[in-house]
Amino acid sequence: MRVIQWVYLAVAFAFIYLPVASLVLFSLKDGNLPLPPFEGPTLRWYQEVLGDHQLMAALGNSLLVAVFSSLTACTLGFLAAYGLARHVLPGSVFMRGLLIAPMTVSYLIVGLGLLIVFNQLGIGLSLWTAGMGHVVINLPLCFAIIYASMGAQQQNAERAARDLGANEGRVITLVTIPMLAPAILAAFFLAMTLSWDEFVIAFLLTRFDVTLPVEIWSLLRSGLSPKTNAIGSLVFLGSVTVVLLLEIFLFGRRRT
Amino acid sequence: MTASISINGLHHSFGDFHALKDIDLSIDIGEYTVLLGPSGCGKTTLLSILGGFLVPSRGHVMIGDKDMTRVQPAKRPTTTMFQDYALFPHMTLKDNVAFGLRMRGLGKTDRHAKADQFLELVGLRQDGTKRPHELSGGQRQRVALARALAVNPDVLLLDEPLGALDLKLRRSMQDELKAIQREVGTTFVHVTHDQEEAMAIADRIVVMNAGRIEDQGPPDRVYRRPCSLFAANFMGEVNQIPAWRDQGGLETPLGPLPLSHDFGDTEQGVACIRPEQLTTETQEWSLGTATVIDSAFFGAHYRCHLRSDRAPNLTLVAYLPPNAEPKAGSSLPLYADPADVSLFTTPDTQEAIA
Repeated sequence: MRVIQWVYLAVAFAFIYLPVASLVLFSLKDGNLPLPPFEGPTLRWYQEVLGDHQLMAALGNSLLVAVFSSLTACTLGFLAAYGLARHVLPGSVFMRGLLIAPMTVSYLIVGLGLLIVFNQLGIGLSLWTAGMGHVVINLPLCFAIIYASMGAQQQNAERAARDLGANEGRVITLVTIPMLAPAILAAFFLAMTLSWDEFVIAFLLTRFDVTLPVEIWSLLRSGLSPKTNAIGSLVFLGSVTVVLLLEIFLFGRRRT
Repeated sequence: MTASISINGLHHSFGDFHALKDIDLSIDIGEYTVLLGPSGCGKTTLLSILGGFLVPSRGHVMIGDKDMTRVQPAKRPTTTMFQDYALFPHMTLKDNVAFGLRMRGLGKTDRHAKADQFLELVGLRQDGTKRPHELSGGQRQRVALARALAVNPDVLLLDEPLGALDLKLRRSMQDELKAIQREVGTTFVHVTHDQEEAMAIADRIVVMNAGRIEDQGPPDRVYRRPCSLFAANFMGEVNQIPAWRDQGGLETPLGPLPLSHDFGDTEQGVACIRPEQLTTETQEWSLGTATVIDSAFFGAHYRCHLRSDRAPNLTLVAYLPPNAEPKAGSSLPLYADPADVSLFTTPDTQEAIA
């Protein structure tokens, strides 16, 4: 029975990581097609990627969009959660539903809707519009994560702070945000990784400056090449780093 | 600092529910007052109104000589020690205690020096750099006390502060709270449902029930000569013996009660006597003989259930001396001093006469 458990584990991990492993493996291939048989290894594709100005610009754009859209989504999500958790508002159940509902709408529909709105308003497509699109899809997520972690414990601490003479601004900055820091950071990093490899909305809402997934897609149109594998590997490395940092500094600390 | 409190004509309702009705209460400077009552009696609502977390539907709250009825918590000379302590988990103990001083604009060095002083007061000076989760329940409670006292409030409000502690720790914290109150001189208002706790620490006990004050006064007076049947019951075990007017005197199923009081317009009521006031030695009021049903040893006394031979359907509780076990089935003569008896009319009116 023991053997079966280990085999199952191995198969499950292989299913998840085999595509990534082959992606990384063939990014090191010394040849023009990322297909077996493997030759090499070589780092020349990585050299080419890092020397490609357009790709590097797209990488920078992606980072910019990810950081700023996540900051915005987190801030708005926190304010909405604070308002709904701490005050009795008319129709608060309805408002909560309305805030979370966009999560169920596909990115394609959200992107198309925004495209139509921007066209109607005469707003040109840019990284700004893509960033707005990412705020739209990440706000519900940030709101849900932060709202779920607002409990009686913070509420009592906030009450104590007010009792000791703190005004609302200081209650939020000195008590609420520090106490909710794990949830806020988790929401921020999750929003960042989602924005980082989001393609559909970025594709629909950018024009001249594009994000990395859009750039990769245009590379793919000219056929498979180990170069795309190399970019993919770099992006994967970036995501893994963020997840590991999150695990070590955020969730690891909470467990102790 | 310290101040008196005066509450006039206070009413509070939550929707249709009247949590407080007609509350008039004055608390002297530096007094340790305990609001005592069962859950739902309005004691916590009254404390929240004193702290400024609720604005009463009607009536006024004066602290010192200022009307504080509508002043928000941050601007009141009161601080609250909350039931769950509500410490800031992300701050060290020193920063917790210094928080109120920080809000008052005190610099870091000054406020930390003052925080140390108050941590010293509660015996946690050496733990200033720890965080709340490293402390035991009793220690957290001390930090909450230090934090509330550090801003030098006129009035400290304590919301069931000892409820989460085990019995032994609770008793020792009671002594400590009382000692600290004596030292700082601040007016303390403390909410609890534990009458032993109330008697252990209070200068004045305010017994509340269903949104009203039933009785208030020093612990011994409220215990020995309660103003209402509810207060008599809530302050401890009591024997309730039916009594009625009979030819100028009082008659009970246990024999005539040598008391001159009558029941005013009504003909009958109850005579209340505490279990420790029943004795087997000759006193002015003879209750006849009673049979011991059972007895249990409590250290300071035997707690016995007794069936009166004159009224077999009346079960009495008596605390008898611990040196001789009252054997089940044995027969005892029972006496009491009429001066220890409190008389009340029927439970509806709950007026004390004696």
